[in-house]
Amino acid sequence: MPDATGLELIARRLRKQIGARAVVATSFLRGQATLELRAPAVGDALRFLHDDSQEPFDFLASLHGCDYFPEEPRLGVHYQLLSRERAERLGVRTRLRVEAAEVPSVVDLYPGADFQEREVYDFFGINFAGHPDLRRILMPEDYQGHPQRRDFPIGGEPVLFTHNEHKLPRWYE
Amino acid sequence: MDLKRAKVGAPSKQRIGRLSAQQMLRGELSDPELEAYVEQRLLTTTLEKAQNWARANAVWPATFGLACCAIEMISVVGSPRVDAARFGAEVFRASPRQADLLILSGRVSVKMAPVIRRIYDQMLEPKWVIAMGACASSAGMFNNYALVQGADKFLPIDVYVPGCPPRPEALMYGIIKLQKQIQGEPDLGWRERYRAEGTEEVA
Repeated sequence: MPDATGLELIARRLRKQIGARAVVATSFLRGQATLELRAPAVGDALRFLHDDSQEPFDFLASLHGCDYFPEEPRLGVHYQLLSRERAERLGVRTRLRVEAAEVPSVVDLYPGADFQEREVYDFFGINFAGHPDLRRILMPEDYQGHPQRRDFPIGGEPVLFTHNEHKLPRWYE
Repeated sequence: MDLKRAKVGAPSKQRIGRLSAQQMLRGELSDPELEAYVEQRLLTTTLEKAQNWARANAVWPATFGLACCAIEMISVVGSPRVDAARFGAEVFRASPRQADLLILSGRVSVKMAPVIRRIYDQMLEPKWVIAMGACASSAGMFNNYALVQGADKFLPIDVYVPGCPPRPEALMYGIIKLQKQIQGEPDLGWRERYRAEGTEEVA
């Protein structure tokens, strides 16, 4: 785990390499170092962290989508990077608006991101630009909508409990 | 004289037991002997009843597990404690063409439903379905977008076994119930059983 100082050093190198506006914020909370990046800079930043950095992070431990409804920008993508050499972890986050939900794909850097990006696309509708095969992975191919978004109806059927037995229409049938 | 006639009229059990089918077919038996022999050795029934008896005691399930209930389903066949072989239901067939019974053992997802339906359509008549556990019967605790809310939305189901998961004994009880149903029902396909004539797919 890079400490708070190490995190600031990484952020400074990123700002110098990618551009001053690439890093939005850094946070060091409960021992976890996290960088927050602008969405278009994610591809370049991860490439820098993967290849060019003095302290490379060569392994993508996981990739998540997230919906922060009703905050704006709503959607988020989280990357957890791992340096197997130094046993250090680094979180990278970015936030996206629903209308422009697109981040660069990192499959060429981390082949393991392939299915995880497809899953995030499937459930949150986030487009990964440059992904070789961006299709649904868990839901059926012809499914409509992205079910893990917070404004997606939960589905299923109304269940009869004693507290709502008189509110459900024709519940006795 | 009366005593003697009675002796001839009702041959002793030991004598009937010693008579053979060969003697009967050769016509070597006297009339009272033949009658007693037929009463003791033969059973008359209808073809349908005999067929259903045979079917009920050779229900071959398809090798098909969906989720955690499948582990309990396996222990119905695999463990000597609940030995499904005692009821003729131990041969899990790997091909739906050879199976009579589809046990839906677990939750049915929206993506899996067409696959299950295809397996069911590939099975030959007569065929039966057991919905094992809360999920296959009514989606259980998964009241959401991903699961079919009860497999009876796309399949005719004969026996519902409750439980999460049901104990192997419960599934065995369901299979025995199904066997009783097979013996009790007239020999009908599922379309007749559920009055679903006219729903055949025309390719």
